[in-house]
Amino acid sequence: MSAIQPLVPRETGRRTFHEWLLMPKVQKRLVIFAFGAVPVALLVLFTYYPFIRMVEYSFYNMSYTKVRGFYGFKNYLDVFNKPELFATFRISLYYMAGAIVQITLALYFATVLSFRTKLTSIYKGAMFFPFLVNGIAIGFIFKFFYTRGYVLDTVLQAFGIPLEKLPFWLRDTAINNWSLVATSVWKYMGQNMVLFAGAIMSVDTNLYEAASIDGANKWHQFRYIILPSISTVLTLNVILSITGSLSAFEPPYVITSMGGNGTATYFIKMHQTAHVQNKVGLACAMAVVLVLIISLATVVQKLIFKYAFRDAGTVRSVRGKAVN
Amino acid sequence: MGVERTHRDYLFKLLKHLTLIAASLVSVLPLVSCVFAAFKTAEEFAFSSKVALPVDWGYLQNFQRFWNDSGIIQGFATSIMVMFIVISISVMTGSMLAYVLDRFTFRGNKLIRNGFLLASLIPTILMQVTIYKMMVSFNLVNSLLGYIIMMAGTDVISIYILLQYFENIPNTLDESAVIEGCTYFGVFFRILFPLLRPAVVTCMILKGVAIYNEYYSANLYLQDKSKFKTVSTALYVYLGPTKSQYEIICAGVLICILPVLVIFILFQKQIYNGMTRGAVKG
Repeated sequence: MSAIQPLVPRETGRRTFHEWLLMPKVQKRLVIFAFGAVPVALLVLFTYYPFIRMVEYSFYNMSYTKVRGFYGFKNYLDVFNKPELFATFRISLYYMAGAIVQITLALYFATVLSFRTKLTSIYKGAMFFPFLVNGIAIGFIFKFFYTRGYVLDTVLQAFGIPLEKLPFWLRDTAINNWSLVATSVWKYMGQNMVLFAGAIMSVDTNLYEAASIDGANKWHQFRYIILPSISTVLTLNVILSITGSLSAFEPPYVITSMGGNGTATYFIKMHQTAHVQNKVGLACAMAVVLVLIISLATVVQKLIFKYAFRDAGTVRSVRGKAVN
Repeated sequence: MGVERTHRDYLFKLLKHLTLIAASLVSVLPLVSCVFAAFKTAEEFAFSSKVALPVDWGYLQNFQRFWNDSGIIQGFATSIMVMFIVISISVMTGSMLAYVLDRFTFRGNKLIRNGFLLASLIPTILMQVTIYKMMVSFNLVNSLLGYIIMMAGTDVISIYILLQYFENIPNTLDESAVIEGCTYFGVFFRILFPLLRPAVVTCMILKGVAIYNEYYSANLYLQDKSKFKTVSTALYVYLGPTKSQYEIICAGVLICILPVLVIFILFQKQIYNGMTRGAVKG
C-alpha cells in the first residue's frame, strides 16, 4: 500500500501551472482531496456532527423550535425515573432473549449446512429470504399470521390444540411481546446464518481431516475449530443484536399499532417522545443512554469473547484471511 | 460397534434434515399463507381455512384494487428514482474513498478508517432527532432532495465492501499505468473502476434492497404522503394500521415483495458474498 513512486523526473527551475499540476506529489494530494472530501464530509455531517449536537441537546429542556432552558442532568434522571420509559428496558430483554435464540439457531444451521448437505441452497434460500422482505410488509404478514383463528391458530389446531386453549397472540400481555420477538427472529435468523456460514467456509478443510484423524468428533470440531474461527463475526452479531433489541421498531410499529398493549420498545418511546410529544431534549438523552449501553455492551462482549477463546491461539494462526 | 456407529450416523442425518425442513417451513409458511389469501374473494377468505388453497388462481381483483387505489405506482417510481441516484452517489464516493484509503499513505488515513468503523457501530437511526432538526433548518424536510442526501450520507457498508475488493487488486497494475504516463485520476477511472464491477454489483443490490425497504426516514422526511410516496410508505398508508381486509393486505404485500424475490433468485451468490464481506470487517 505504499505510495506510488514519483516517476516524472523532477525539473529544476520554474514550472508552468500545468506542469505543476502533473507533479506526482501534487497529483497525489489532489486525488486524495478530490476523492476523499465528499464521503468524509458526509460522514461528519450525518454522523459526528449530529452526535455532538445530540449530546448537547440532552442537557436542555427544548422542542424542535424552542429552547426552554438548561436542564443539567434532569433529562437523564427522567429516563430512569419515568416508569413508562424505564419499562421499555424490560421489553428490550425479550428481544435480547430472542437474539440469543436467533444466534444459537443460526450457528446450528450454519454448521449443519457447511458439511455438504443435499438441497443446501434451497434450505439456505428459504431461511435467508425473510431478511430481504420489507419490514412494513413483514408487519402486515404477521398481523395476518397471528389474528385469532387465522394461520398460526389453524396450524396449531391441526396439531390437536383446541382454539379455546390458545392465547390471543397480540392482545394478551403475557405473550404478545414474545409474538413480536418471534417475527424479528424470523427475519434475522437466516441473515445471521449466512454470515456465520461465510466465516465457516473460510476454515481450512484440512483442519477437519487432521482433527478426525486425532479422534475428534463433530462436537469437538465445532468447539475447537469452527467456533474460534468465527469468533469475530459472532462477537459482531451479538453486539448488533443488542443494538437491535433496543432499537427494534417495525414489529411494534405495524403489528400492534405503535406499541399498543404494552409492546412499545425503547426506540418507539424515543420516537414518540421526539416527534409526538416534541420533547427533543429528553429524546436526545434517551439516545445518549442507548449509545452508552451499546458501548458498554461492546466492551463487555469483547472481554468475554477474548476470555472464552483464549485457548484458540493455534487455530487463529491457521484460519483464513476473511475473519481477521 | 460398527453397526451401532452407522445407526447413530443415520439418526443424526435424519435429525439434521428434520430440523432443516422444519426451519424452512417456518420461514416460508407466513409468506405462503399470504399468497393463498391474496387469490381469494372476500367471501371465500372469510369462510375458508387460512391455510387452504384458493379456489381460483386466476382471481386477480385484490391485486388490481391495490395496484389502482394505493398509489403504489407512484411509490415504485419514487423508490426506483431514489435508488438510482443514491446508488450512483454511494458507489462513486465509496469507491473513490476506498481507492484513496487503500492506495495512498497519508496523515489521516487511519483516522478516516476508524471514523467509518466507529460510525458503523452507532446506529444512525439514533441520531434521527438531531438530523431531523438539522434537515428542518436546511429546509430539506418534505423534499426528495433531502431524503436522497440523507440516504446517501449514511452509507458505510459499501465502503467496506469496496475497500476489501481494492485490497485484492494488485498494486503493480496502477504502477505500470503511471509509468505509461497515466495520472492518478486516470488510473482510477480508466483502469481500476471497471475492474470493480463485481463489488459494485454487490453494493448496488444490497443498497438497492435497503432503500426499497426503507420506511423510517421516508416516513419522516417525506411527510406529505399525498405528494411523496415510496413503496413502503404507500404500503403503510393504504393498508393502514387498522384495516382488516386481509385478502387485499396480502395482495399488496406480495406486490411489494415480488421484485425483491426476483432479485434474490437472480443474484443469490452476490447477495451472500456481499453480506459476509460487509460484516467481517467490523
